Amino acid sequence: MAKTDFEVPALRDYLRTPDLRPGAMAKSAPFKAAPRHQQALGFPEALVPDWERVAVAKLGDLLGKYRSLRVHLDSCVKCGACTDKCHYFLGTGDPKNMPVARQDLLRSVYRRHFTLAGKLFPRLVGARDLDAALLDEWYGYFHQCSQCRRCSVFCPYGIDTAEISMAAREILDEIGVGQKYCNEIIAKVHAIGNNLGLPGPALANTLEGLEEDVKEATGVDVRFPLDVEGAEVLLIPPSADFFAEPHIDGLIGYAKVFHQAGVRWTLSSYASEAANFAMFIGNYAQMRKVALRIRQAAIDLKVKRIVVGECGHAWRVAYGFWNTLAGPFDFLDPRYPVPQHIVEFTYDLIRRGALKLDKEANDHMKVTFHDSCNVARATRMGDLPGGQFVLPRALIKASCNHYFDMAPDTIGEKTFCCGGGGGLLTDELIELRVKGALPRVQALHEVRQEHGVTHMAAICAICKSQFTKVLPYYGIPMDSVVSVHQLVGNAIRLGTSS
Amino acid sequence: MPLLTVTYALLLYAAAGIFVVGTGWRIYGYARTPAPLKIPTTPAPVTRLGAAGRVAREVVLFESLFKSDKWTWIFAAAFHLGLLLELLRHLRYFLQPIGTWVTLVQPFGVYGGMAMLAGLAGLLGRRLLVARVRYVSGPSDYLMLLLLLATGLSGFSIELLERTDIVSFKVFVLGLEYLDWQPLPGNPLLLAHLTLVAVLLIVFPFSKLLHAPGIFFSPTRNQADDARERRHLAPWAARLERGGAGEV
Repeated sequence: MAKTDFEVPALRDYLRTPDLRPGAMAKSAPFKAAPRHQQALGFPEALVPDWERVAVAKLGDLLGKYRSLRVHLDSCVKCGACTDKCHYFLGTGDPKNMPVARQDLLRSVYRRHFTLAGKLFPRLVGARDLDAALLDEWYGYFHQCSQCRRCSVFCPYGIDTAEISMAAREILDEIGVGQKYCNEIIAKVHAIGNNLGLPGPALANTLEGLEEDVKEATGVDVRFPLDVEGAEVLLIPPSADFFAEPHIDGLIGYAKVFHQAGVRWTLSSYASEAANFAMFIGNYAQMRKVALRIRQAAIDLKVKRIVVGECGHAWRVAYGFWNTLAGPFDFLDPRYPVPQHIVEFTYDLIRRGALKLDKEANDHMKVTFHDSCNVARATRMGDLPGGQFVLPRALIKASCNHYFDMAPDTIGEKTFCCGGGGGLLTDELIELRVKGALPRVQALHEVRQEHGVTHMAAICAICKSQFTKVLPYYGIPMDSVVSVHQLVGNAIRLGTSS
Repeated sequence: MPLLTVTYALLLYAAAGIFVVGTGWRIYGYARTPAPLKIPTTPAPVTRLGAAGRVAREVVLFESLFKSDKWTWIFAAAFHLGLLLELLRHLRYFLQPIGTWVTLVQPFGVYGGMAMLAGLAGLLGRRLLVARVRYVSGPSDYLMLLLLLATGLSGFSIELLERTDIVSFKVFVLGLEYLDWQPLPGNPLLLAHLTLVAVLLIVFPFSKLLHAPGIFFSPTRNQADDARERRHLAPWAARLERGGAGEV
């Protein structure tokens, strides 16, 4: 059990909806971006003079650009359907972590400045002027939303708090109050090509080391190619796959799959990052700039296909937004979807019988699967709706003999966020992250008790990092988190492909 | 022409005008604002027809609310379905001749009214009793329920307490429709009912009642899940593309 200065929620026999604890997380806020982080993205370096007016003007600008924002701010009837659906509320009891209350922080200003009722009768309709106290609440509580969209599943109007928190963060950047974690990382991607700031030579070195490791473990020359012009596939993994456990075992799994498939593939040192944190700050132009880097790498390396690694929000940006931001991808092979997820790629091989998998290799594990929020509620895999739930499970079941799902209302479209998504995976938010993980950990706890589950597989770099960090707070070992392609990689029988 | 009739004729015209123009203006605002990114909450239908079906299920069945909370769903369904039946039943005042189907609806209208009131009472009770919902409720949320309850109750009271001359009332309504004003019966409950209806119409475009048109424009529900197959580009995003990676 890690040391804490806060109370870790207790695991019980089932998840309870907490009593309201107003102000419980009022002090939670991530570090603010320093002037240099802001400057690198072209944002004001510090709180601008006249920020109230600038913020309202920016809100007006966004209302004209995003239908979701306009419709979602108008439509809420305060029915309460979302109030017990957010993992941060369930873990903290802070009522401002109920999705509708979080939205209301922005909606109150919208009503004050953009609706007749709010201009004439502010008290009646909950309209508020933006002042310093409200600005602090914006910064605190819009950084207690992981943009996981669980609330939007249950809202009768499809109101998506992710859209609201993205808009709020964009306004905050516009007035000079950025978040350090996200903005620093986005600048690194622009400058170096990945979130870690890992330069090309270091990347090449890492990949060579991996080739040696795999050779030592299997006796087979599995390649990890970098910047190979004319390769068939450009693989864009999250950069965590290059260094951290269990991510790196996933990368080894991808490499083994490509090796067995006989597909020539490559990584790019120019675009070595699937993650696109610009989505978290709601900034279209920044998100586009990051996406264009990948397009450029694909053109330069003359590849025919782009495959994306295990990363949740990255798959949302790639699947849902790349075609818009950086398309059309008419220079790629039209026989394959652009982009493809590595899970789709591997699934096709398994279905065609092109991979030999020894499930016994994973017999020491009883496995469950965590549906990542962005994959579950913002993307698809394969041709059918819901394929994002079917395909990863198919891979796991093809690689393992012992698989158990967690409770039905905690998986699939109702999956709980890991608690670290949406740009919140930073140390100073550890209390929020630990408490926000409660609903998922509770469900994991139940299958551990009931079925003796030992490992939880994930397909997202943020989920894997978050779980390895927070599970020990609940007394669950950090190495019970595995990559989906780690399981595939373990099971692949190398060198037996026909 | 009696002052009462003139007053109510003008009030109802104004209310209808504000409702139509105000709501139309809001809908125009939704329609003209682009949705720059594909954001359907998935799993979502992969075709536009399928997405239209999803919106239809939300409108008719309250599909998402059903997933969330069964009590809220029951109360909301009772209220909305009851309201629909009542609205259909009231068509008899607006149509001449009355269509057969409007006649067929009549006997169910009363049950509709009851369901509507029961649903509203349930929603109000939930708002008061569930701490989470009470926390997010503002004065306007209670007033809206009270307004709807008062409208329904006044309508019921006419039925039970005050045998209104509905023939002359219909003459009044048709007179409004044909711009040939006829005297309005002066029953107090009827006047109260009409006033409340006028208030509802006036409030509609400025309030959360906009959820009714809003659901049709909600991108998380009305978009097809076809981002890889079709390139989706908003006009402002296209301008950004042409101008390079400039400021958005």
